[in-house]
Order: sequence, then structure tokens, then C-alpha cells
Amino acid sequence: MHTRDFIRLTGSSIIMHRLRSFLTSLGIAIGIAAVVLLTSIGEGIHQFVLAEFSQFGTNIVAINPGRVTTHGVAVGVFGTDRPLAMADADALVRIPHVRAVVPVVQGNSEVDGNNRQRRATVYGVGPEMPTTFSLTVAAGTFLPLDNPDAPRALAVLGSKVRDELFGNANPLGNRIRVGGDRYRVVGTMESKGQVLGVDLDDSVFIPTARALDMFNREGLMEIDVLYRESASASEVVAGIKRVLTARHGKEDFTITTQEQMLDVLGNVLDILTFAVGALGSISLLVGSVGIVTIMTISVTERTGEIGLLRALGSTRQQILKLFLGEAVILGALGGIAGLLLGVGGAQMLTLAVPALPVHTPVSYVVFAVILAVVIGLIAGVMPARRAATMDPVEALRAE
Amino acid sequence: MIRLEEIDRVFEVGDQRVHALNDINLHVEPGEYLSIMGPSGSGKSTLLNVLGLLDRPTSGHYFLSGSDVTSLSEDALARTRRSDIGFVFQFFHLVPRLTAAENIELPLMLDGIAPAERKPRVDEVLDALDIRDRAHHRPDQLSGGQRQRVAIARATIMKPAILLADEPTGNLDQASGKEVIDTLERLNASGITLLIVTHDQQLGDRARRYVKMVDGCIVTDQTRG
Ligand SMILES: Nc1ncnc2c1ncn2[C@@H]1O[C@H](COP(=O)(O)OP(=O)(O)OP(=O)(O)O)[C@@H](O)[C@H]1O
Ligand SMILES: [Mg+2]
Repeated sequence: MHTRDFIRLTGSSIIMHRLRSFLTSLGIAIGIAAVVLLTSIGEGIHQFVLAEFSQFGTNIVAINPGRVTTHGVAVGVFGTDRPLAMADADALVRIPHVRAVVPVVQGNSEVDGNNRQRRATVYGVGPEMPTTFSLTVAAGTFLPLDNPDAPRALAVLGSKVRDELFGNANPLGNRIRVGGDRYRVVGTMESKGQVLGVDLDDSVFIPTARALDMFNREGLMEIDVLYRESASASEVVAGIKRVLTARHGKEDFTITTQEQMLDVLGNVLDILTFAVGALGSISLLVGSVGIVTIMTISVTERTGEIGLLRALGSTRQQILKLFLGEAVILGALGGIAGLLLGVGGAQMLTLAVPALPVHTPVSYVVFAVILAVVIGLIAGVMPARRAATMDPVEALRAE
Repeated sequence: MIRLEEIDRVFEVGDQRVHALNDINLHVEPGEYLSIMGPSGSGKSTLLNVLGLLDRPTSGHYFLSGSDVTSLSEDALARTRRSDIGFVFQFFHLVPRLTAAENIELPLMLDGIAPAERKPRVDEVLDALDIRDRAHHRPDQLSGGQRQRVAIARATIMKPAILLADEPTGNLDQASGKEVIDTLERLNASGITLLIVTHDQQLGDRARRYVKMVDGCIVTDQTRG
């Protein structure tokens, strides 16, 4: 049979029962729309979170004290490990491909300045902090290169702390107190906003050695290493491992690459997208039951026609294809309509709630239409088989 | 052309056996005109279904144009029906959503004949059956007689050797019935083998050969001079 005739025969049946075909396809359309919309939201959140994460740059390796075993227990809690020292951070600078090293200590403290007070996050960091985490200095300079063991009492203010303490006044050169000690403000940072719940704007940056003293800590909380983009993470990790193991006598630290973190995060988010997609598929299932129902009714109604076609010399296979074709067309029509609904809905959502990240990848669109066609095919199999295996004599008698 | 040898067709309904055809032997030469009559339930339709390859006999042999078709595969039977046999039914069996011309075209579509080649063949039968002006009407816009002529056009478009008509006038008034019979007889005159099942004695008497069935058996088979 020619494709054109095939379409004429199946299409005419769908057109004759317009309302019925419309409602059947609508079932599929709603399912596909739900899948497209939900996965679009899932994928949007995925991209949003990853983008937030990579705001700090992607060529970063973090080193934390204590060895995290595969069971997630930091052996360091038993106290046999050596803390990460400032000297460790210094040693890492000489590893090939390393661009910058930032020793980090973090805590909370009262900050006084300009006769005002604020509780803020205090970061003890090195001068390479802005380079490593893609931060920008708004005014003045960042913490200068200094004797790392006895640095001067200088501080840099996050944008929020500056606004709260100094308002429109120029804070550069002013004295502030952090945890009781006096610091001179040498610079302020541009606002970065909240990144994954961390507000770097509500922070004060001071030299690491001073923060260690202030918080009375034995060692660093973290060392962040920025490496050249041309280098591979594993190469850099191997270098760090070698140097630190030599210094500590054993591997009593944990190295996490940004790549690893993004991978893990990506996997979690993929599962999220898949889960909401599966949720939408439930309505698809309902839609496919609609196709089975309508095709079963259609086969019953057209028993005489099936008998006639057999008498005219059509093979069982031709009958099977005609009814399967009809189910597939119903599915495909629903799929296309659902796609338009879903993508349209996603666009509307973006307009209505700009804060909600929505993204529809082309691969999902293609997948949705294929899914609808496959559903039509599967839903059509049972009724079409019934049509194809009918006894022609019985079928002809059915009127 | 047609040779039936010891054909039986037994239906089993529950533990009951219905002998619809009982040891049927029948020879039909090309171009013959047969009428088949008999009381209701005597097996006329069953015979026609077996002849038309829609139904398989329980036992016996059926030779069509010399070859045994009793054991053909389902697909081979379908192909033979398509090319060699035309059916005309009491209730027309037109596809309601297709136009008259499209209904007539159906066997050509099933055979995969190209649309360009189909048009002249459809036009030809439309002319032959005098329904050209109805070509684009749907069945519900046609009279009974016109519907049956569309069905005859469909049955003959593949130029089959045999035309099987099961009570073709059973659903028509006297005048349209007459027209339909005239049409069928004209086709027979041009060479087609024609078998008509009918309850109408007058009609049965028109055929050159007359077959009467009772209880699944052929009780009369006579050819008139
Ligand atoms: N599918 C079937 N199952 C069981 N019995 C059947 C079946 N088809 C036909 N029969 C039986 O076979 C016998 C012959 O039926 P058939 O339809 O051939 O009769 P007929 O001569 O065409 O009658 P009518 O003039 O009423 O059309 C009947 O007794 C009928 O009940
Ligand atoms: Mg009958």
C-alpha cells in the first residue's frame, strides 16, 4: 500500500471521529506537556545550580584536614592527624601548574567601625583570594603580599559590611575592630550576591595567621589551590598528594576537586530531573489507556469494514498496520500538541516567575515526541491484533 | 475454472456439529452464470464463502483455475481474493467515510497500484456502471441501487474472473434490483463467471444454470437450454 493511501485510510477515520480523536490525543498531550514542563523545570534548576557553583571558577582543588574514608568518616577526629599548617600552603605553591594557593580559616565575629557594630563572617585568607575565587576589588587593594607568619593588621570589607558600617562614607584607611583587635581597612569588595546560601558580601577578610590567632585554631580549615586551565586536575591532585604526604608522613588530608563536586552534584540533579519526569509519565500512562480504549471501540465499530477489507484481499498484516497506524497518529498528534503546551507553559512560567529557572533542551523535545509515538504504538498493539486476527466471515456478518 | 470435490464444512458450536456443507461436488466453467437457491440455513452463504476463499472447508479439495487452493497460506489466499474474485454483498459494505470513487479504488490501493494508474481504471468502471456523476458522493448520499452499483464497480475493478453475489438485490426495491441484475448480467455477458445467491425465484430462473441446496447438499443442478 502506498503511504499516501495509508494516510488517507487512517486519517479519514481520525477526522470522522474528530471529537473522540481530539479527546484521546488530549490525554497524551497533557501527559507529554507534564513531562516536558516538569523536566524543563528540573533541567533549569540543574543548570542554575551548576552555574552558581562554577561562579567561583572550575579549576579549584580544595584540601581539608583529616582523611575521609569511603565510609565518609573523617579519621582526623581521633586526633592522630597533623593539622594543615601555613607552611603546608606555602609548599604547595611550588607544585607545577599551580597558579595560586589560599589558606582559609573561617569564623564569626563582632566587627566594630565608624561607631557601628555588625556580626559578620570573618575569613582568614591569603592575598590570592580574589584571583582564586573570581572576586573583584571595588576600591583600594586586597590584602597585600606580606610575611605570612606575621602579617600586618589589615582588613578588606565585603560590600554589605561596608554599607552597614560606613554607608556612603569612604572606609579606606579607617580603623575597625574585629574580635577585639584593631585593623586598618585597605580595600572593599564588589558585591557577589548570595552564592548557594553563602554570602561573601557579609564578610570581612583578614590575613590567615591573624585569624588563626583570633579563633585560637591549631590549623587551617581548608587550603584552596587554583591551577592553570591547561593542566589536568588529576595531575595537580597527584602533585599535592606527593608534597603533603612527604611533609606529614602519611595521607591525613582530603582533596576534593571542583570537577568531582560538579560531577556528584550533576548526578544528584539528573536524578531529580528524572524523578519529576517519571511523575509526569503517570499522566502519560493514563493517556495511553485512553488510546487503548478508543482503538478497541473503533475496532468493534468497524468490524464490518475489516471483513470487507479482508474480502477485497487485504492481508492480516495490512489490517494490523492500518489500526496501529491510527493509534500512532493519535499518539503523535497528542505528542506534538503536548510539546507545544509544555514548551509554551515553560515560556509562560519564565515570564510569570523569572526567578524560577526553566530550560527545555532539544533532546527532551525529540524524546517526548518519540515517546508519544511509542506509546501510541504500544497502546495500539492489542486492538490492532484483534482486528488483524478477526475471522473475515464473522466480521462480514457483523452488520 | 472452479472444481469442488467432496467439500465438507462443519461448524462446531458447543458439543453440537452443524454440517453446513455436506459432500459438495461442483464444476463451473469460465463465463458461466449460476443461481444458487434454497431455504434459509441450507448453506448457500457458506458455499459462497468457501468459493471466495474467505472460509476454508473442513475437508475436500477446491481447485481454482487448475490449482489446489485448499492448502494455500493466509497471505496467498488474500492475494488470490484480490486478483481473481469479486464479492457483492446484500448490505453493500461500503466504507462510509470514503467517497464512491475511493470505495471503488480500495482494491487498487490494497494492491499498491500507483495513484496515476488508478484514475483511468476508476473512471472506466464509473462509466460502465453509470455512476460517474456520483463519484465524489459519500455512501450516505447515494440510493440503495447506486450503492450496490458502487459495490459492483469495486468488485470488478481488479477484473476478477469470478463474481460472487450473495443476495445482491435482497436489500433493494424491485426497480433498483432489476438495474443491479442487468448490470451483473452485462458483466457476465462480457466474460465474467457469475454466481448469484438469491431467494427470488424469478431471479433464479434467469440464470442459465440453476443450483438448489437443502441442508448443506446440492439437490438440483440443472442447465437450461
Ligand atoms: N460461524 C458459524 N458457526 C456456526 N454455525 C454456522 C456458522 N455459519 C453458518 N452456520 C450454520 O451453517 C448453516 C448454513 O448457514 P448459511 O449462512 O450458509 O445459510 P444460508 O443458506 O446462507 O441461509 P440464508 O438464506 O438465511 O442466508 C446454518 O445452519 C448456520 O446456522
Ligand atoms: Mg446466506
